[in-house]
Amino acid sequence: MEWLTTVDHKKIGIMYLAGGAFFFALGGLEAILMRIQLMFPEFSFLSAQSFNELLTMHGTTMIFLAAMPLLFGFMNFIIPLQIGARDVAFPFLNALGFWLFLFGGILLNISWFAGGAPDAGWTAYVPLSSTSPGHGLDYYVLGLQVSGLGTLIGGINFLVTVINMRAPGMSMMRMPLFTWSSFVASMLILFAFPALTIGLLLLMLERLFDAQYFVVASGGNVIIWQHLFWIFGHPEVYILILPAFGIFSEVLATFAKKRIFGYSAMVFATLIIGFLGFMVWAHHMFTVGMGPVANAIFAVATMAIAVPTGIKIFNWLLTLWGGRIQFTTANLFALGFIPSFVMGGVTGVMLAVSAANYQFHDTYFVVAHFHYVIIGGVVFGLFSGAFFWWPKIFGYRLNETLGKWFFWLFLIGFHLTFFVQHFLGLMGMPRRVASYLSNQGLDEFNFISTMGAFLMTIAFIILLVNIFVSIGNKDNVRDPWDGRTLEWTTPTPVPEYNFAQTPLVRDLDAFWHEKYEGDGKMKASEPLEDIHMPNSTILPFIISLGLFIASFGFIYLNYPILFVGLIITFGAMFVRSVKEDHGHHIPVDRIKRDLEGDHHG
Amino acid sequence: MKNLWRLLPLGLILLLSGCGVENLSALDPQGPVADMQYSLIALSLYIMIFVLVVVFLIYIFVLIKFRERPGDTHIPKQVHGNRTLEIIWTTIPIILLLMLAVPNVMDTFTLANTSVMTEEEEEEMDHVHIEVIAHQFWWEFNYPDHDIVAGQDMYIPTDTRIIISLESEDVQHSFWVPALAGKQDNVPGITNEMWFEAPNEGVYMGKCTELCGPSHWLMDFKVVAVDPDAFDQWAENMAEPSETATHPEEGTVAADGREVFQDSCISCHAVGEDGGATGPNLTNFGERQVIAGYLEYNEENLENWLRDTQEYKPGADMPSYSQEQIDDEEMAALIEYLNGLKILD
Repeated sequence: MEWLTTVDHKKIGIMYLAGGAFFFALGGLEAILMRIQLMFPEFSFLSAQSFNELLTMHGTTMIFLAAMPLLFGFMNFIIPLQIGARDVAFPFLNALGFWLFLFGGILLNISWFAGGAPDAGWTAYVPLSSTSPGHGLDYYVLGLQVSGLGTLIGGINFLVTVINMRAPGMSMMRMPLFTWSSFVASMLILFAFPALTIGLLLLMLERLFDAQYFVVASGGNVIIWQHLFWIFGHPEVYILILPAFGIFSEVLATFAKKRIFGYSAMVFATLIIGFLGFMVWAHHMFTVGMGPVANAIFAVATMAIAVPTGIKIFNWLLTLWGGRIQFTTANLFALGFIPSFVMGGVTGVMLAVSAANYQFHDTYFVVAHFHYVIIGGVVFGLFSGAFFWWPKIFGYRLNETLGKWFFWLFLIGFHLTFFVQHFLGLMGMPRRVASYLSNQGLDEFNFISTMGAFLMTIAFIILLVNIFVSIGNKDNVRDPWDGRTLEWTTPTPVPEYNFAQTPLVRDLDAFWHEKYEGDGKMKASEPLEDIHMPNSTILPFIISLGLFIASFGFIYLNYPILFVGLIITFGAMFVRSVKEDHGHHIPVDRIKRDLEGDHHG
Repeated sequence: MKNLWRLLPLGLILLLSGCGVENLSALDPQGPVADMQYSLIALSLYIMIFVLVVVFLIYIFVLIKFRERPGDTHIPKQVHGNRTLEIIWTTIPIILLLMLAVPNVMDTFTLANTSVMTEEEEEEMDHVHIEVIAHQFWWEFNYPDHDIVAGQDMYIPTDTRIIISLESEDVQHSFWVPALAGKQDNVPGITNEMWFEAPNEGVYMGKCTELCGPSHWLMDFKVVAVDPDAFDQWAENMAEPSETATHPEEGTVAADGREVFQDSCISCHAVGEDGGATGPNLTNFGERQVIAGYLEYNEENLENWLRDTQEYKPGADMPSYSQEQIDDEEMAALIEYLNGLKILD
């Protein structure tokens, strides 16, 4: 019950991590089933229909329900700590965002048990998606709408938090890079998700209420969907990768024991990547017939992203240069990221070559490319961040030996799986095929690829084992890595109010500055006094539950259920509006007791 | 040592060119369009390998030189950054990208230029215009200048510019013959254009590359390149197929088969002038290399396909035919008739 009503950003962060990890495992299971099906030519482990459902759910799950919530988990837990805040700007909205994500994700996956999951790919191109029989695509539009609403709310919350809640002395140009990149990612969320919302709304109206936006015979246009989808979908990959970049910046600086090289260039590169990420969506549509002018413009604009990305890569290399590099598991993932991501980045530039893209598009070359950037970038970032912040978040340290086994098996498995797929694509293998014919020279590489996927699975199991066997490992969990930023100044476990006294920030890498220039303690920017905190509330859960119920009403066009759901949601919103809730104060005596306990412990 | 590095990309390219099955792989290009695309792929690959080598060298050097050694507890100097270095690694990538962007923009326009379809140029240039209409899950090839319709096998003359206009009857598909040209999409409501040429005779494998339903992976087709004279002969025979093939002599098994065909198939499938256009045109069915786009052509597969269509191509519009609808004797006759549908000698 405490977890259902909490508005504490740390608990919400942990719930995001748990929810995201669950869906990550689910998405991984979907992936391994597909790789088994593709192990041999014309294999009949799965039917083509099941395969299409798996590929749709794998993509949708990994992007919306795994990668983004896991990043949101870290952002929720870490950002307020990094900027010296007691909570996020809107704790109620924060909880609402989480519950919307979770109910949306559950809704999407209920489709498996309700007569078939969505089967039109995570991009759900019309008219395949608008005419797909059954209710799978209805679950897709409603599930993503609900969880997308949660993401939008979360993004707005982070923006306001970073703008308004920074501790005294923390100017924008003293913010840690994880906070910076999460901030830019939140801007992208603010601008990108409305496009998805509109797209999903049109598709929903078309599927459920016979609207004709995409029906050519009625004057509709199928390309509208692709534009709307990619205006969201392209920034989405930067929404994922930018926070991961932020994690690498923290981890590499910490374990090289050096300040990040070219901090201001890193900030500007992040902003430029965020901006360009918005301008290049149509490179997903080179073959759709936009004409050579549009293709040329989008090709060159896309290539331009390589420049700020290159700046970041070289800045990371120069951060390591002259440092004292420690090979912890967290840092191994950050170090493994550099070559892996650069390999994915260069194929990204190759894909931007529009005339050559006619050969790459919709083949396994593309599959290889985006798995290189998403696994080599985002997933490595998540694992790096997990090992890095685990002690702070969960109060115990993950085992390093198991961690290194996990890293090496995962790294090797990852490259084994996806490197050969570049060749498969150019050798004539389209993506999203449920199987392939023998005698087309595609057998060996597909087999190798599946072997790599098995290796990644084994690695992931080692991670799960690690999480359970390391629970007792509680020594030095407050600042285990000689940290540089404010989150490492807090006690572990972090008290509800984060900081007994809001710290005064005097430099970039505030904690490191105090450790090596000062007395090792943060200066306080306020006297010790009562702390005002928000109250717990069940309303975010109820609002989300209402939408969850209403979604079934939409999917099956059952009006009683629809109205019951909406009444629950709007009723809870009404209660929220009229009920006065001024929060509560934590008395200064309790804070003093906590502080003493902390000093003795 | 220096020379060896220079050979590295070359070696990779050689390695790549050996990859894949002939007449399928984009790494074994045939004809000007695939060649152009292959050289762009190669150019981008050279540049990208250069980038990779530079990054990897710095990376490996840094990892070895600056790794923590046992007992080492020094605190590294906290460096802010270096303006000159940052300008260098901003400028060099821009130059590399320009080297790639310029030929790409030129090629993008060259590939989009199907202007031979305007009337003035039509006279001068040797070309064949084909309308490719994609269906779930088969391909229709319409030759408006020759007034013929073919299904699944697209015959083209060698050394002639083939101008394609792409359409779709249902969902989005994408037309791809890797060895001849990169893909363009068949988008409902939109006509896209592309062109290519095939210098060599042969059968090129083509595929649908846009997810279009459960049998997406089975939506293969063949491009059959023959010399221009043979093509003209083919087009002529397609327009007027021989009577003996389409209307077998009374009393033969094939004639019985034709009756079965008239009863069960003709509302969707045309032979010559007669029949519906919902399914592939079967005028030259007996000359197909494969059945349904992928099954090896033999009588056993043909019977299986007709009996269990939905098993072999789930989601296809064609129904499966049970014993009650077509009994064994009729089936054998139908197969005999279909086998005889040939237009070449």
